[in-house]
Amino acid sequence: MKVTFRGVRGSIPTPGPSTLKYGGNTTCIEIRTAVDDLIILDAGTGIHALAQRLDPKLPIQAHIFITHTHWDHIQGLPFFTPIFRPGNQIDIYGGLDPVTGEGIERCMKVQLQYSFFPIREAELKTKLSYHTLLPGKTVTAGTASITPTILNHPVLNFGYRVECDGHSLFFTGDYEPPYNIYQPDEPDHNEYQSHVDAKLAEVAAAMANVDALIVDSSYTDQEYLSKRGWGHGTYRSALTMAAQANAAKLFFTHHEPGRTDQELDRLFQQLREENHDAPFQIEMAREGVEYTF
Amino acid sequence: MKPINNSTMDNDELIALVEKMPAFPNSVQRIIQLTSDINSSGKEIVEVIESDPVMTVKILKVINSPFYGLPKKINSIQRAVVYIGMNTIKNLALSVASIGVLNPKNKAGFNTHAFLLHSLTTAAICKKLAERQGVPQADCSDFFVAGLLHDFGKVVFAEFKAEDFRKALQKSAAEQISLHRCESECIGMDHSQAGALLAEKWAFDQLLVDAINHHHASNPHHLLTQCLFAANQISKKMEFGHSGNSIVEEFPPAVDSLFGMGLNELIESWEDLTTLRSEALSFISGT
Repeated sequence: MKVTFRGVRGSIPTPGPSTLKYGGNTTCIEIRTAVDDLIILDAGTGIHALAQRLDPKLPIQAHIFITHTHWDHIQGLPFFTPIFRPGNQIDIYGGLDPVTGEGIERCMKVQLQYSFFPIREAELKTKLSYHTLLPGKTVTAGTASITPTILNHPVLNFGYRVECDGHSLFFTGDYEPPYNIYQPDEPDHNEYQSHVDAKLAEVAAAMANVDALIVDSSYTDQEYLSKRGWGHGTYRSALTMAAQANAAKLFFTHHEPGRTDQELDRLFQQLREENHDAPFQIEMAREGVEYTF
Repeated sequence: MKPINNSTMDNDELIALVEKMPAFPNSVQRIIQLTSDINSSGKEIVEVIESDPVMTVKILKVINSPFYGLPKKINSIQRAVVYIGMNTIKNLALSVASIGVLNPKNKAGFNTHAFLLHSLTTAAICKKLAERQGVPQADCSDFFVAGLLHDFGKVVFAEFKAEDFRKALQKSAAEQISLHRCESECIGMDHSQAGALLAEKWAFDQLLVDAINHHHASNPHHLLTQCLFAANQISKKMEFGHSGNSIVEEFPPAVDSLFGMGLNELIESWEDLTTLRSEALSFISGT
């Protein structure tokens, strides 16, 4: 299993001199199996850089799994150039939005409209196939198996467990671990806590024993104080998750748009010092860097 | 499910109509308020949804649909929030609110405010009875939801079968016969059948379907149905709101032996029963 980060930035692309090292593209992860199946997690602007590296002379078969439909995770889809060439096979997977009642096909339908994009979906050269996934139900993409789990975010969000060639990875998409909305002295506190605990146990089981755990770690503890309920995690919540899941390697991703290379280096240094005895390795996700498991 | 004979109401039509059914005025107003304020608390949103049978039904319907592949059915709004996220639940409630409001002056002459008070007090009493019987905390909300939704069929009748339901209400009052018997005669099904039919169609938890279906049964079997039977009668006996049915039924043997006492004794043994009414009232009048 080869994993390459193509976009590690949250919310909005941030090109410029202060993000050269870690990269400014929004979320996209490329996974290659031993037989070169192409699995893509999220279609932020990083998917364009991924497309640039594909041989235009060869037919492309890509499986794109969307964690959720917020802009920074789908905005690269219309720029995934294989959709403009005939003979490619593009499968797009995602959940059914409980509020709109619509599936993942909506993320293209919304973007490929006259006012926002010059080409309509009907004009694409390659047919896109859409697949609605059910939480907990494993699907096969080439030689890989992918299982979605609903994770807390202000829209339906799937974390994906990907298994192939005897290795496994879990990507959270955007995720804020659920917390109790009641104070300890309020009558509903205990009941709510039992639901939170059950959900956290379900999430830990979905991530159990992965080689790579890729987690939305947008905030420091200090920053989180004013961002509770926004749907993102912290470096600390990611570390807790990795320990509970018995992960071998933890990647922090979804870097804040304002976070410079210098700040990420400094934070990473600090996290390494604080967690030198952790039973797992830690890494800052960095655009263009490939890992093999 | 009991077979429905000579139904003058088409089941598919009933299911389609309920999709368009608006929620109660106060909760619609409060949801619109809360969803216009970025700083509103999740707790308040949960509280509003939990005090409205229509909102509750519609959210449970979505969350229990096969698309969310739940290993265990969700009967509680709180659990729905933890499972799928506050913002999604908030927006589902807003989409219910955008349908409009239930007209309190329906053609059936059915008092929806009094009905809501009956439903909410039955819910609170049912939950208390579960606690009394040692049901684990996390499961007590199932009892609350059963109480909240047990008469859902009536509000559907008032909205969509107003003329026939008005006749049933009048007949029940004039002849002092249980309303569900008059409904069967005038509409072709009673409210417990209609409620259970919908709950089953929406893939609700089977125990909840059964409880709604059998809350007037002569010998309820399951603990949930037994507590619901008792809670419904207590709420009626205490005249907490009005369900359109004045007939109070004695406890069947199973319910009697569950609590070790009959209806009147159970009420007498309850010290703070009237506070449940004032709490419910504060929810529905927005104070």
